[in-house]
Amino acid sequence: MAAVATNSTLHRTLEFWQASIGKKTVMAVTGGILVGFTLVHMAGNLQIYLGADVLNHYGQLLKSNVAVLWGARLFLLASVCLHLTAAFQLWSLKAKARPVAYQKLAPTKSSYASRTMYVSGPILLFFIIYHLSHLTTGQTHPQFDEGDVYRNVVLGFRQPVAFAAYLIAMGCLGFHLIHGVWSAFQSLGINHPKYTPKIRNLATGLTALIVGGNLSIPVAVMLRLIGNDVQ
Amino acid sequence: MRITLNVWRQKNTNAAGAMKRYEVPNVSPDMSFLEMLDVLNEDLLEKKDADGPVTFEHDCREGICGSCGFMINGVAHGGHERTTVCQLHMRHFKDGDDVVLEPWRANAFPVLRDLMVDRAAFDRIIASGGYVSVSTGSAPDGNAIAIRKLDSDLAMDNAQCIGCGACVAACPNASASLFTSAKIAHLGHLPQGQPERLERAKKMVDQMNNELFGSCTNIGECEAVCPKGIRLESIAMMNRDYARASFMERPSTGEVGFG
Amino acid sequence: MELNSRVPSGDITTRWTRTKFDMKLVNPANKRKHSVIVVGSGLAGAAAAATMGELGYNVKCFCFQDSPRRAHSIAAQGGINAAKNYQNDGDSIYRLFYDTVKGGDFRARESNVYRLAEISVNIIDQCVAQGVPFAREYGGTLSNRSFGGAQVSRTFYARGQTGQQLLLGAYQALERQIEAGRVQMLARREMLDLVNIDGQARGIVCRNLTTGAIESYAADVVVLATGGYGNVFYLSTNAKGSNVTATWRAHKRGALFGNPCFTQIHPTCIPVSGDYQSKLTLMSESLRNDGRIWVPLKAGDKRKAADIPESERDYYLERMYPAFGNLVPRDIASRAAKKMCDEGRGVGESGFGVYLDFSESIQRLGADKIRERYGNLFEMYDRITGEDPYKLPMRIYPAVHYTMGGLWVDYQLMTTVPGLFCLGEANFSDHGANRLGASALMQGLADGYFIAPACVGNYLASTKFQPVDTSHSAFKDAEANVTGLTKRMLNASAKRTVTSFHRDLGKLMWEYCGMARNEKGLKLAIGKIDALREEFWDSVNVPGTGDELNQSLENAGRVADLIELGSLMCRDALAREESCGGHYREEHQTPEGEALRDDENYAFVSAWQWEGEKKAQSLVKEPLTFDYVKPSQRSYK
Repeated sequence: MAAVATNSTLHRTLEFWQASIGKKTVMAVTGGILVGFTLVHMAGNLQIYLGADVLNHYGQLLKSNVAVLWGARLFLLASVCLHLTAAFQLWSLKAKARPVAYQKLAPTKSSYASRTMYVSGPILLFFIIYHLSHLTTGQTHPQFDEGDVYRNVVLGFRQPVAFAAYLIAMGCLGFHLIHGVWSAFQSLGINHPKYTPKIRNLATGLTALIVGGNLSIPVAVMLRLIGNDVQ
Repeated sequence: MRITLNVWRQKNTNAAGAMKRYEVPNVSPDMSFLEMLDVLNEDLLEKKDADGPVTFEHDCREGICGSCGFMINGVAHGGHERTTVCQLHMRHFKDGDDVVLEPWRANAFPVLRDLMVDRAAFDRIIASGGYVSVSTGSAPDGNAIAIRKLDSDLAMDNAQCIGCGACVAACPNASASLFTSAKIAHLGHLPQGQPERLERAKKMVDQMNNELFGSCTNIGECEAVCPKGIRLESIAMMNRDYARASFMERPSTGEVGFG
Repeated sequence: MELNSRVPSGDITTRWTRTKFDMKLVNPANKRKHSVIVVGSGLAGAAAAATMGELGYNVKCFCFQDSPRRAHSIAAQGGINAAKNYQNDGDSIYRLFYDTVKGGDFRARESNVYRLAEISVNIIDQCVAQGVPFAREYGGTLSNRSFGGAQVSRTFYARGQTGQQLLLGAYQALERQIEAGRVQMLARREMLDLVNIDGQARGIVCRNLTTGAIESYAADVVVLATGGYGNVFYLSTNAKGSNVTATWRAHKRGALFGNPCFTQIHPTCIPVSGDYQSKLTLMSESLRNDGRIWVPLKAGDKRKAADIPESERDYYLERMYPAFGNLVPRDIASRAAKKMCDEGRGVGESGFGVYLDFSESIQRLGADKIRERYGNLFEMYDRITGEDPYKLPMRIYPAVHYTMGGLWVDYQLMTTVPGLFCLGEANFSDHGANRLGASALMQGLADGYFIAPACVGNYLASTKFQPVDTSHSAFKDAEANVTGLTKRMLNASAKRTVTSFHRDLGKLMWEYCGMARNEKGLKLAIGKIDALREEFWDSVNVPGTGDELNQSLENAGRVADLIELGSLMCRDALAREESCGGHYREEHQTPEGEALRDDENYAFVSAWQWEGEKKAQSLVKEPLTFDYVKPSQRSYK
């Protein structure tokens, strides 16, 4: 009869995934992982202000252990995939749940960010692909030099089109995070009149930090505050 | 004052619907919104209008039975705090206003006629587990269990839900999470509700999914239009209980067996 | 016809226990072979359907709303009485019994009222176990408030929504039985006829309000729990859908109608503001604890309240009833308000209103204290009238609220048709000529959870049933009757809308059969109502067809029955040559203008028997005896 018990756990997991609450939990957890990554990623990138050597050394360090590198990459990829799948399924549920649209629908108190997650999300997806091809693999970079992270960043951001893309993407990231961070707590069942205002502040603070930190780099490049040593 | 109405007219669930325009002259600011529709309907009857009077659901007209409700200018119940359509008065409108009336729109709420929808899905969600399984006669004395006042108040906050469906109507995803969570939170805050708490959350949420409601994405439109002030906090409680029910519950001994 | 009330004899405290013991029981295995129809899903109906489902009967429950949760029990605000004596203030079952018999002005059966008081304690336990969030003290025990005239605190409440919470408790119990497959719920069905076979109630015919289909359902027992008929007055605190159709059609099939003229008029409602008005909203009686009621001293004084100096105000209740002041019982407060308005001293545009003024309490206690006590009521008043009661006095006027009359039932809640039971406000009830505050919920739940399931079981166990199904000719006849009525309404000359008839009926009833009645007025009203009935069938305007969702048609059927009922109410009021409780005959008053009861000649229940279309019903009397509470004159001076 042991099979029944195993079945039951598997069954419950599948059912949990089937339920929209399960998908939201997955989104919250994977979202949390991605926010964590984004934060670390930003912190790493901010080393650009310490000069080319520090940043390039950091880049080499990241790539030094292939197992860790690919482990992390696969972990992140899995998170993205789960986040995407859940989002896609929830989105398709939305269309099914209201087949006839309102002729007039006026939102009341909800935030613009919360209503546009299905817009900011896909933009971010395209941005990630672009970002990888831009600064990791270099296909969309005009003067890519594997190994010289500093130079790639500086030259990359000097392109007005790329600069604009990063600007827009960070805007979307801001919208996505300011709702997403709070929303993850809610999805995981954490909502309390005493702590929820603090969680909202945390979401705002985290968003400002990540968006501000990330944006500072292309802006600094454009304003020629950094990277003047690269020709 | 004079009000122009754009009303969704639909003969039955399967018929195609369309917006129709009606003028209501001589609206008194002291009328309730439904009384203004009564006046329109009397007029349509006297004129022997081909579509007949506008069908809308209503009963108590004091904001407690939950029968009434439709979208007024794109907002469920018209958007006045803690106010159902029947409690909304015309003094909030201006002479010459153009007002759009649409039924709740959700796959789980098929339109029956004009502004009236079928909300039986809500009953099925309650039937799936929204109760304490106690048969008549088996109750201990009312004071046998002391209940912390705060818990009792929290339960009451949630028990106030009138099942009008505005949360579903206002939700961009047409989710019934606020409704379902209100019952889960009502019983979940009380000691009487504990024995079945996780099972109840599991059954009710599964039923909600089966009814083709959408998913909650924490937008908060439901909370804004709820005439009884049910909060998103209840949805968080439902999420928590559902996750616990899915993973933390021990399988029953019958389920494990000793094979 | 002889009425057998089946009231047990002997010591009143053991009458119900002995009755239950004498009842025949249905073997558990046989219960599911018995089918029960419950019409109505309010407190009484939902509780009865759920409980009989739990017992194992095969139950079908019907309601005209989209869901059983919408029944008008949901609108009860104040609370529910129970003789728990949790406050240790001297309450007891006997005291609740005594208060209820006296409050009903000695026109209720002692045995029924005692049973009601006895069961009241079980109701609270049951509801708490279901998760009804009654108000609690900080120590975690149940809280009580005092209510309407009682000298003890015995009212349990859930904020201002007690009815809602009790109904949701019963609704949840009902949904549990629906899930278990023991109750089948048929919502959006309106019962339009009762089917009797071999002298027993064996089924109903109803209209499916969504599709218009006429449907028949057979069963061994039919239970009606379809509420009161206050909507005969057009404007009342009842829900728009509340109607008399189910009980009226049963009346036409042989069930006697008890005390139809006993109507409760609640003194504190928001006044009518215009012709378009569709319903009246109650403001809780508790407001009279801190509000002072007054009108201008001079008739026709149209100044604003604030411009009328203290010396030109008449605090008439305090003047007329110095002992009880603003807290006199409902019927007395209502009549006094009417008297003021009749003298031309009413306030507001229509002149039908009196002031309920909080300015003194606000000065004395502060606005915050008043907000804490009545905040939600003040908000509701503001929402409806657009006036801020913290600044201006409220305007209030009496409105029809509850009907004590209904189908006559014996001690076991069975009507004069064997197998037809009637519960809650729909029966002629335990409230006599006047209901005490917070007792309606108690009666509905006592009937539904505890009394009806026992009595229905007794009937099932002691009756032989021939198998019947809906192909029986009695069903076909009833279907033809219903279809015929529908056709008549659809094919009338369509000159006047249903609502216009209903408004006219309401005006007649309010004018001649409302707070004060007299012979001349009642006779006039009967003539006018009977003429209205003719005109209705001749010229009612019902659009569309019978084969679709048609709200005008639904309403037309209900108004047709209310018109006939109105006529009977006037006849009943005319026949009762005394004043008691809510029934005030101007010919029968004390020199001070108080109600004058006649126990010698009128200590009976009036039960009216249908004698056929366009014939006057005949009166059958059930004498009332009082062995425990001796009738006395009420005085509040």
